[in-house]
Amino acid sequence: MPAVSKGDGMRGLAVFISDIRNCDKALDGYSKKKYVCKLLFIFLLGHDIDFGHMEAVNLLSSNRYTEKQIGYLFISVLVNSNSELIRLINNAIKNDLASRNPTFMGLALHCIANVGSREMAEAFAGEIPKILVAGDTMDSVKQSAALCLLRLHRASPDLVPVGDWTSRVVHLLNDQHLGVVTAATSLITTLAQKNPEEFKTSVSLAVSRLSRIVTSASTDLQDYTYYFVPAPWLSVKLLRLLQCYPPPDPAVRGRLTECLEAILNKAQEPPKSKKVQHSNAKNAVLFEAISLVTHHDSEPNLLVRACNQLGQFLQHRETNLRYLALESMCTLASSEFSHEAVKTHIETVINALKTERDVSVRQRAVDLLYAMCDRSNAQQIVAEMLSYLETADYSIREEIVLKVAILAEKYAVDYTWYVDTILNLIRIAGDYVSEEVWYRVIQIVINRDDVQGYAAKTVFEALQAPACHENLVKVGGYILGEFGNLIAGDPRSSPLTQFHLLHSKFHLCSVPTRALLLSTYIKFVNLFPEVKGTIQDVLRSDSQLKNADVELQQRAVEYLRLSTVASTDILATVLEEMPPFPERESSILAKLKKKKGPSTVTDLEEAKRERSADVNGGPEPALASTSAVSTPSPSADLLGLGAAPPVPAGPPPSSGGLLVDVFSDSPSAAAPLAPGSEDNFARFVCKNNGVLFENQLLQIGLKSEFRQNLGRMFIFYGNKTSTQFLNFTPTLICSDDLQANLSLQTKPVDPTVDGGAQVQQAVNIECVSDFTEAPVLNIQFRYGGTFQNVSVKLPITLNKFFQPTEMASQDFFQRWKQLSNPQQEVQSIFKAKHPMDTEVTKAKIIGFGSALLEEVDPNPANFVGAGIIHTRTAQIGCLLRLEPNLQAQMYRLTLRTSRETVSQRLCELLSEQF
Amino acid sequence: MHLEPEPCRRKSPVARHAGKRDRLFSRLASRTSKPIFFRTTIPSGLCARGRVSSSAGSPLYPWVPQQLPEPEPPRSRGTGAAGVRTGVAMIRFILIQNRAGKTRLAKWYMQFDDDEKQKLIEEVHAVVTVRDAKHTNFVEFRNFKIIYRRYAGLYFCICVDVNDNNLAYLEAIHNFVEVLNEYFHNVCELDLVFNFYKVYTVVDEMFLAGEIRETSQTKVLKQLLMLQSLE
Repeated sequence: MPAVSKGDGMRGLAVFISDIRNCDKALDGYSKKKYVCKLLFIFLLGHDIDFGHMEAVNLLSSNRYTEKQIGYLFISVLVNSNSELIRLINNAIKNDLASRNPTFMGLALHCIANVGSREMAEAFAGEIPKILVAGDTMDSVKQSAALCLLRLHRASPDLVPVGDWTSRVVHLLNDQHLGVVTAATSLITTLAQKNPEEFKTSVSLAVSRLSRIVTSASTDLQDYTYYFVPAPWLSVKLLRLLQCYPPPDPAVRGRLTECLEAILNKAQEPPKSKKVQHSNAKNAVLFEAISLVTHHDSEPNLLVRACNQLGQFLQHRETNLRYLALESMCTLASSEFSHEAVKTHIETVINALKTERDVSVRQRAVDLLYAMCDRSNAQQIVAEMLSYLETADYSIREEIVLKVAILAEKYAVDYTWYVDTILNLIRIAGDYVSEEVWYRVIQIVINRDDVQGYAAKTVFEALQAPACHENLVKVGGYILGEFGNLIAGDPRSSPLTQFHLLHSKFHLCSVPTRALLLSTYIKFVNLFPEVKGTIQDVLRSDSQLKNADVELQQRAVEYLRLSTVASTDILATVLEEMPPFPERESSILAKLKKKKGPSTVTDLEEAKRERSADVNGGPEPALASTSAVSTPSPSADLLGLGAAPPVPAGPPPSSGGLLVDVFSDSPSAAAPLAPGSEDNFARFVCKNNGVLFENQLLQIGLKSEFRQNLGRMFIFYGNKTSTQFLNFTPTLICSDDLQANLSLQTKPVDPTVDGGAQVQQAVNIECVSDFTEAPVLNIQFRYGGTFQNVSVKLPITLNKFFQPTEMASQDFFQRWKQLSNPQQEVQSIFKAKHPMDTEVTKAKIIGFGSALLEEVDPNPANFVGAGIIHTRTAQIGCLLRLEPNLQAQMYRLTLRTSRETVSQRLCELLSEQF
Repeated sequence: MHLEPEPCRRKSPVARHAGKRDRLFSRLASRTSKPIFFRTTIPSGLCARGRVSSSAGSPLYPWVPQQLPEPEPPRSRGTGAAGVRTGVAMIRFILIQNRAGKTRLAKWYMQFDDDEKQKLIEEVHAVVTVRDAKHTNFVEFRNFKIIYRRYAGLYFCICVDVNDNNLAYLEAIHNFVEVLNEYFHNVCELDLVFNFYKVYTVVDEMFLAGEIRETSQTKVLKQLLMLQSLE
């Protein structure tokens, strides 16, 4: 930089500094404005400003527009929750709102809309609706007021309740001034999403407004015509408002259909201008109209026309249009009316996959292929996706892999094709094949007899390749270990060849794969006695027996020992072929959904299924076989049943039932939103899984299991928004009393939860002694800039530690008499809150945890239950009797337990249920 | 009104980074008094009713291909057949940046802390500048998308929710730029730098609370001239 300018600059700076120094004298308005403006400029260049706020606030009360404007700008840009200043600022805003000067009112409203803090909402949420609907408010002020109210509603919805102004706001859709209509439509759309009923009347008004715009000549709307398109932004907003509602009733619907047809017709007309602005504005409306047509999904004619229009765009020279057409067609593909029409464009879409330069366009093409896939074109689409995968961008490979895997499974007519496809996937993009994918292929091969031989042959051939992906080794190892015998007859794939082939990959693999291969080897010992010696030599080698990795070493030692000591019969039993996996929805689908974001109840279900797949040991053979090796007792012991104390006089619960409990996806009620946490809490007394809490941001789901005095609860936190939660901290709060009686252990979760993602947290629970309170789950996080704090009662209740006890009638009454001490009995008589249905009541008692004893009570209408509450310190026997009185719609509940507090608590809990 | 802060002019990045990008500097310097947005692409005589067309199709500066941006996986559009569309759709922020990544305007419609803002600004710049005319004007960005358009050396970016209407915002940008051009009489980058307080007024007239407030150029300009007359 030349020296001169440097000198000049320094002089300017010196003047500035001396001005600032001297400014303790009262500055006049102009100088104050000048300096505040300079400070603002410095701030915008990226330097910190920590003074001048007071001067800026002073400017707010100036009567000159320029001074006021700079003051407001400073406040808007450098918002600061300095409480003293906020009070002054709010005061100035209040004065300006009351000034009846439209310019000043505008400045004040813009400031509120820009800052939107809670303090401002508290101060002005009542005032702004009045300004908005007042008859004498200027149009430009109305526009600002509408959006200002929208901002406050978004920031603090609780402070902007729907009031008597609603109907008048809806009528702003009829306003003369299109700018007012534009602003009001935004406000109404947002409010209507939350309160659809209140704003229902907006539908017909929006349709007639839209109809007037669409049918207007291009010059009618003058100021609002943009490159020969009448009011494009307003049209888009109106069409979006209509998407908050189902198709309107017939009269309005006819008019709307005319509008939509007119919009589609215009797309076919020759353009009125060659400018891209003209076509963009026109197409903005068109795409929104198509979005509405797809949303209603009720007019086959329009859907097909929309599809044809998008088909034309697929080959348009504008990249933007091709991209949007692909995106929009994805939603059309899911409608039964337009699915076939979408399919006709398959060649164009495949071509887009190959030729588009922009990766995001190619990705849309992949999405569309996935959406349009069905049985008729699955083979072609999967083949195209596979061949695209070879050159696909790394960023989207994993997603394509998942999609291919899902399509191949979903539309497989012939499972050999499925096996080929997955092996191809591993060959082409092994690194992107997640565990879910290869788990799934193994589940399917194991469950389908017809494909096992083919699978064994194919993996054997695939393993011949000099370099094959580790995932292929895993699949190969597993499948040959199970079904290698099916191809052992062929001399080219004799047992020894199979073993040498697998073992040649062994040293290149990571520890988990090696562990899997060791299990394969021991399975070979069972399948092919002739290779036993070779395998024992391998297991005996120092590199196995003295392996530094403890898992590998243990496996080698145990497998070697097993192969030497066990007789053929025992080997055959221990190393038997894996039983079929229970049919369940693909865990891959869950993974894709998880990647895609939106978290819903069904996602929660998916996540559970995915996890229970792991509980079942996944396809990892070693899990099953090692545990079988190290625990000689029958499988019931695995579930910890062996340790169950003998239940007095009664057959032990059938282990079969428990197995079902542990492994089944117990039906969790797709609960309707319950606003009260207490209600939700009560619902969980008799069940273990479901949605505990849900609001607009967060969903909390639970899945828990309890055995004796121990329990484990998985809490699923779903972020329903598209924005990250930051500083996400769930905490369990127990009172001192509770802490002594109930021990909870949990690990912290990741402090950020991505938009649409779900995180889970496991809580280990031990019941030390009987307890009455419930722990509170408190969740704190930042969403956007705001701090969120949610507390819910966590449904860990005493009855969860119930163990049902079956007993015969005489035993029951004998025990009942033994517990005759008055403190041991608690009785409650209450009115039925729900219809008195016998089956529901039975289910509730079983859900409560006690056994339901049939034919015990002489009166068959009564319900009788028995069970034991397990705590670390004691076991408490419990008997219960529920006597319904249908005429009076009342129940009498009697609890007898060996401890007074337990009787009390169980009675409280159970009486809430009927 | 005299409001050109002297010490700040010296700090303008054009001069500060002079050594780093001489070519750009000389180009910019030669144009500081001339419009840099439009004159290069369209003789003003061709613009009917003062309209101008964007130079997005013909970048002024040679574009160096770099690695393509990596968008996040797509998300569903938040609408299901016959279901009710619920997702929020609004502008999350508006950014005007030059090619060097210097911010000329940042308008935030949701709460971010200062570090987050700086991160967003950098990410947007990284995502947008690597794209060329063959690419779409839309980029997926975190859980949102950015609709952007380039005018000479400036990128105008609007970040919106994924289910919002791309083309509507693309044209909203152009509408905005046309207003700026009319208001500043052939606007150039330095107009935005030194008249930043006026630019904020223009933005607030056209966009408020993350929504489009006014779309009529005539109405906006009339209001702006009225406000200017108060100065």
